[in-house]
Amino acid sequence: MTATMTYREAVRSGLREALRSDARVFLMGEDVGRYGGAFACSRGLLDEFGPERIRDTPLSESAFVGAGIGAALGGMRPIVEVMTVNFSLLALDQIVNNAATLRHMSGGQMSVPVVVRMATGGGRQLAAQHSHSLEGWYAHVPGLTVLAPATNQDARDMLLAALTEPDPVIIFEHAMLYPQEGEVDEKSLPLDIRHAAVRRAGSDVTLITYGGSLGKTLAAAEELSGLGIEAEVLDLRALRPLDSQAILTSVTKTRRAVIIDEGWRTGSLAAEVSAQIMEGAFYELDAPVARVCSAEVPIPYPKHLEDAALPQVASIVETARQLCEKSA
Amino acid sequence: MMAEVTATALPDLNVEHAVALLRQMLLIRRFEEKSAELYTLGKIHGFLHLYIGEEAVAVGAMHALTADDEIVSTYREHGHAIARGVSPAAVMAEMYGKSNGCSRGRGGSMHLFDVEKRFFGGNAIVAGGLPLAVGLALANKLQGRARVTVCFFGDGAVDEGEFHESLNLAALWKLPVLFLCENNLYAMGTGLERHQSQTDIQAKAQAYAMQGEAVDGMDVLAIEASVNRIAEHIRDGNGPYLLEARTYRYRAHSMYDPELYRGKAEVEQWKQRCPIENFAARLRESGLLVEEAWKQLNTSVAAEVAEAVAAAEAGPWEPLEHLLKDVHTLATADGRGDSL
Repeated sequence: MTATMTYREAVRSGLREALRSDARVFLMGEDVGRYGGAFACSRGLLDEFGPERIRDTPLSESAFVGAGIGAALGGMRPIVEVMTVNFSLLALDQIVNNAATLRHMSGGQMSVPVVVRMATGGGRQLAAQHSHSLEGWYAHVPGLTVLAPATNQDARDMLLAALTEPDPVIIFEHAMLYPQEGEVDEKSLPLDIRHAAVRRAGSDVTLITYGGSLGKTLAAAEELSGLGIEAEVLDLRALRPLDSQAILTSVTKTRRAVIIDEGWRTGSLAAEVSAQIMEGAFYELDAPVARVCSAEVPIPYPKHLEDAALPQVASIVETARQLCEKSA
Repeated sequence: MMAEVTATALPDLNVEHAVALLRQMLLIRRFEEKSAELYTLGKIHGFLHLYIGEEAVAVGAMHALTADDEIVSTYREHGHAIARGVSPAAVMAEMYGKSNGCSRGRGGSMHLFDVEKRFFGGNAIVAGGLPLAVGLALANKLQGRARVTVCFFGDGAVDEGEFHESLNLAALWKLPVLFLCENNLYAMGTGLERHQSQTDIQAKAQAYAMQGEAVDGMDVLAIEASVNRIAEHIRDGNGPYLLEARTYRYRAHSMYDPELYRGKAEVEQWKQRCPIENFAARLRESGLLVEEAWKQLNTSVAAEVAEAVAAAEAGPWEPLEHLLKDVHTLATADGRGDSL
């Protein structure tokens, strides 16, 4: 039984179920309570669950993310909302130096089951301090699990799955996805967050992507189909750990790969995926791996420049078409 | 709030308790002297930050807490760990990097952990432990547990934004946390007056509508009395507290420090206030410590330190195949480690 809802409603559905089913769960972050969340994900939850469990915080990312880590050490299951990935840099110390290290540094004695959610990505003309995609930085860090739900179903299910993890999970919600409508099964089975998903089957090229770029990539695949190129679209879903097997299986089948990643090209997650393909499927390839990433520029404000800086349907289509033609 | 707290009168002091305090300070002192020696012998590696001179703070504070209370500490934490009851053998083995260390050898000197003792670690990022302490206190409040979380940090941590963010958040939410600043007058090599615009650290509590006070950090009884009183105040639901223990580090910041930033005369002056010698003298004057007992104390402490070293020497190394262990639970469970 599914219902049509927006991505932000799907996040809220997950939050509500988590809060109802586990007394240890609470939500904290800037404006998650009275304001209803900067992206309205938590609207209505304060009335339903009260201020002890829906906690508005001061504008102090390091303290409240660190407090989430401490509360997790103390037996709670905190969900910490950081307004955007850009602000999460103020809490990077707590995430990288504490959340990711405490289990190992303590010889396995400490467990940090905290879930940190944050919005990411560009496309809304918010300029260079509100538009970046830094998921790849977090995916670099051992000890963290990094998720990027691209569908409304995943927005709900990944949050619930993250809360069952004994270790810290960072969830990236692309800000352009919040109004996206889709079908969501609110009685879905528990999700294995470690598996990528084939969102469209194809035989000529694998388009590998995640998060906010999935919609653009699926649209590009449709255009490519009109050009006689059948693209397989692989949604990574988990950025750490990467589902290497799914990547290699698809690329082995199609013999070509284009990686679409809204992060900057240099040192990107796309670079890691490309390296894994080189290491695991080099002799299966008919063409070099290609990437569609953001331009190497702080994301500019005017629409025409922002559009040019980010991966777009046209650039995905063009890259995949050239790759297929050159290696036909 | 500004007055330094004076010690309780010695005549009321229970002799067993007094000797226990003295013994623990002495144990920490001898343990660390031995650690420095073992460092020069190449048995201990990495950074080694000695607590020598500051022992009264850890010992006084820990004796005022219950087993349920929680400790968050710094990278200068051998004294905190031992005073909390972590075995000196487990601490020494940890500094050797052996798998019988209190963190299975994964942390070393700066990262001592003991979940049984509710000792939430040495944190080597200055002020990095303060938000954790706020979170532990939040968990206690949400679960209705009458625990106090005690967060140790130095005067250098007061420079960091996390100090101010954490005090604000703890005060705003009335959380049961004691921020215990060990002001040893130096942020590594930078003197207090060169790193703080307001050198009266306890006064900063007022900015967060929090209570704060200073205590003589060289007087174990004064510290114990302060922490006792403050812990009860916090347990009664009155919110957080800032306690500044004014103390001094006799040794270098770490083993690599040539101490170019302070004069020998200053160090000698503070050594006149040695927390161990002065407390022992007070006990002698009050007839609570006879020479024979002092000798026995030294003998038993030396034996305990020797046992700790023996345990560290005999301890096994973690096998190489455990390299990726305890990074990530599920990755450990399926044996592939956390590598992608």
